Amino acid sequence: MTETTTVAAIPRQTRLRMYRDIVRVRRFEERAYKLFMDGLVKGTSHLSIGMEAIAAGFGAAMRDDDLTFCTYRGHAHTLVRGTPMPRVMGELLGRSTGVCGGKGGSMHLTSVEHGVMGSYAIIGAHLPIAAGAAWSAQLRGSDQVTVCFFGDGTTNIGAFHEALNLAAVWELPVVFVCENNLYMEYTAIADVTAVERPAADRASAYGLAPIVVDGNDPEAVHEQAARVIQRARDGGGPSLVEALTYRHGGHSRADPGTYRPQEEIDAWLARDPVPSYRRRLLGDGVAEDELAAIEMEADADVDAATEAARQAPFPAPEEAFTDVWADGGSSWRN
Amino acid sequence: MAELITYRQAVSRAIAQEMRHDESVVFLGEDVAAAGGVFKTTKGLLDEFGDQRVRDTPISEEAILGAAMGAAMTGMRPIAEIMFSDFLATCWDLVAVEIAKMRYMTAGQVRVPLVVRTANGGGLRFGAQHSQSVENWAMMIPGLKVVAPSTPHDLIGLFAAAVRSDDPVMFFEQKSLYPVKGEVPDGEIVDQLGTARTVRAGTDVTVVALAAMVPRAVAAASVLHDEHGISAEVIDLRSLVPLDTATLLQSVARTGRIVTVEENPRLCGWGAEIVSIVGEECFDALRGPMVRVTTPHIPLPSADALEDATLPSVDRIVEAVVKLCR
Ligand SMILES: Cc1ncc(C[n+]2csc(CCOP(=O)(O)OP(=O)(O)O)c2C)c(N)n1
Ligand SMILES: [Mg+2]
Repeated sequence: MTETTTVAAIPRQTRLRMYRDIVRVRRFEERAYKLFMDGLVKGTSHLSIGMEAIAAGFGAAMRDDDLTFCTYRGHAHTLVRGTPMPRVMGELLGRSTGVCGGKGGSMHLTSVEHGVMGSYAIIGAHLPIAAGAAWSAQLRGSDQVTVCFFGDGTTNIGAFHEALNLAAVWELPVVFVCENNLYMEYTAIADVTAVERPAADRASAYGLAPIVVDGNDPEAVHEQAARVIQRARDGGGPSLVEALTYRHGGHSRADPGTYRPQEEIDAWLARDPVPSYRRRLLGDGVAEDELAAIEMEADADVDAATEAARQAPFPAPEEAFTDVWADGGSSWRN
Repeated sequence: MAELITYRQAVSRAIAQEMRHDESVVFLGEDVAAAGGVFKTTKGLLDEFGDQRVRDTPISEEAILGAAMGAAMTGMRPIAEIMFSDFLATCWDLVAVEIAKMRYMTAGQVRVPLVVRTANGGGLRFGAQHSQSVENWAMMIPGLKVVAPSTPHDLIGLFAAAVRSDDPVMFFEQKSLYPVKGEVPDGEIVDQLGTARTVRAGTDVTVVALAAMVPRAVAAASVLHDEHGISAEVIDLRSLVPLDTATLLQSVARTGRIVTVEENPRLCGWGAEIVSIVGEECFDALRGPMVRVTTPHIPLPSADALEDATLPSVDRIVEAVVKLCR
């Protein structure tokens, strides 16, 4: 890490919030996987099991009116902003109660009222869009910060570079967060990238500091997040953070992820944020009961969200013809 | 009161009108601020509105449209310039897959009120990569409104309607029209999208045109009247989406014949959609085949002699109509 700062200890409340978010996302996604295998979640679904600490660390550092832009791997980022779980589950199951009424699906979770400005499924596209939201905050004189999450593979597409440059030149209040899980879909990022650290080694091209953080350590993530978000809020311009992490499972759907060496998988499983953060909190004196209560509540939330989604009606076919235009309809002629 | 201004001057007047009207309107693009645009369409805007609202960008088409989209999603009404419409191909993801779909995918949570304005079409001998007429690319994407004015007056009014629309609008300025003059009344002008205009009334054939093809269709109508005794009605569609099918179908119902005049290359040009609508909904009125006059299905050449042989000309329009009415 090139930049080090000493920060005050993270308040207990924030630590518990992060643990709660990590556990909730984990349990939610384990259920989503099961529902996918059961044929209830259609199409595709990309899990961030193993990567939750990044969403939790940033989520806890964001203000309610800050904006999140994320990818198809966006369940975690959507949930940590406070989007109700039943509405996220409803969207995965294609129900009318879903956050997008079933029009979006797993890859397009959006909840504007919670600052989740969209989950985007075209690699790189949302980086310039996030820059635009940050430009808007700058123009409106608001001190909102935009945080944009994407993968390591995204650092090789043009939109990444266009967005970084524009954000730097216009000093936009945006934080770009590369979740480096070492793989794109099935190919290792190292096999197709000219530099070792896909995001951090590009930072200097845009006059930015190279920042690498342990993405499996929610506190390390939170510390960096708080710092770069404050910097953006204070008019200090954009940052690019590379968070090292690993997905426990495959890229999407039922991919078993067997293209990865077993030793590598084992090493990262040993660094699973759920048990490791739990141990740390226990070691710091948080009561076992308190953590168990968080876990039970997460389980209950997932059960309730699943049940609510299963019971919810499918959208009426007419809904397919709404929301194309501002008038609410889809008519292109008189 | 009215003044005679060029289509080029109408662009800056239109942008200025909307920036005065609404604080949330901002404008960005390559060379648009300090330099006043490569076509000098945006001169004076930086001076009047300042460098916060009128911004020069890097040569980053995806960043330009991404910035416009993100700003539009969060309370602004951006106008983005893509210098030549050919360059839309470099940022087509933003146009077709992001901007056009966001409202729908989010079930109306997000709106994207922005205008992408761009210099479209041939006639300036720029060759295959700076002369394409790509309004049909935009027309085939659900979620985009598509506008292409033919006169300075229409340009201002339709542009205002585009900026004030809560939907994304692709605004095609035909670059060969930039020097063309037209009467424009004083004061604010706000038109309505989805309204075609009957430029010249007629009884024998309906000639449907857009942008630079409108003056050619009108010139052809004069020749048809003077030399062939054929009365052609000329309709300027003005916007492809929304499409004013009512004006179109009423006209064809009277004339019984339709000829489209399109600058886009033939396959899947906008006229194909027009004749399909007429064929489905006005078939009984037809007195002959529906005819399309288009740029042939080739990349555009550069040399005058070659480019003139490809874009629909007055002669080709006359010939097609005479053959149809014979
Ligand atoms: C422009 C584009 N190209 C390819 C794809 C197909 N695709 C979907 S996810 C993905 C891998 C992305 O890798 P990374 O950025 O590392 O994100 P991760 O999935 O690892 O979170 C690819 C290639 C796409 N969605 N968009
Ligand atoms: Mg990856």
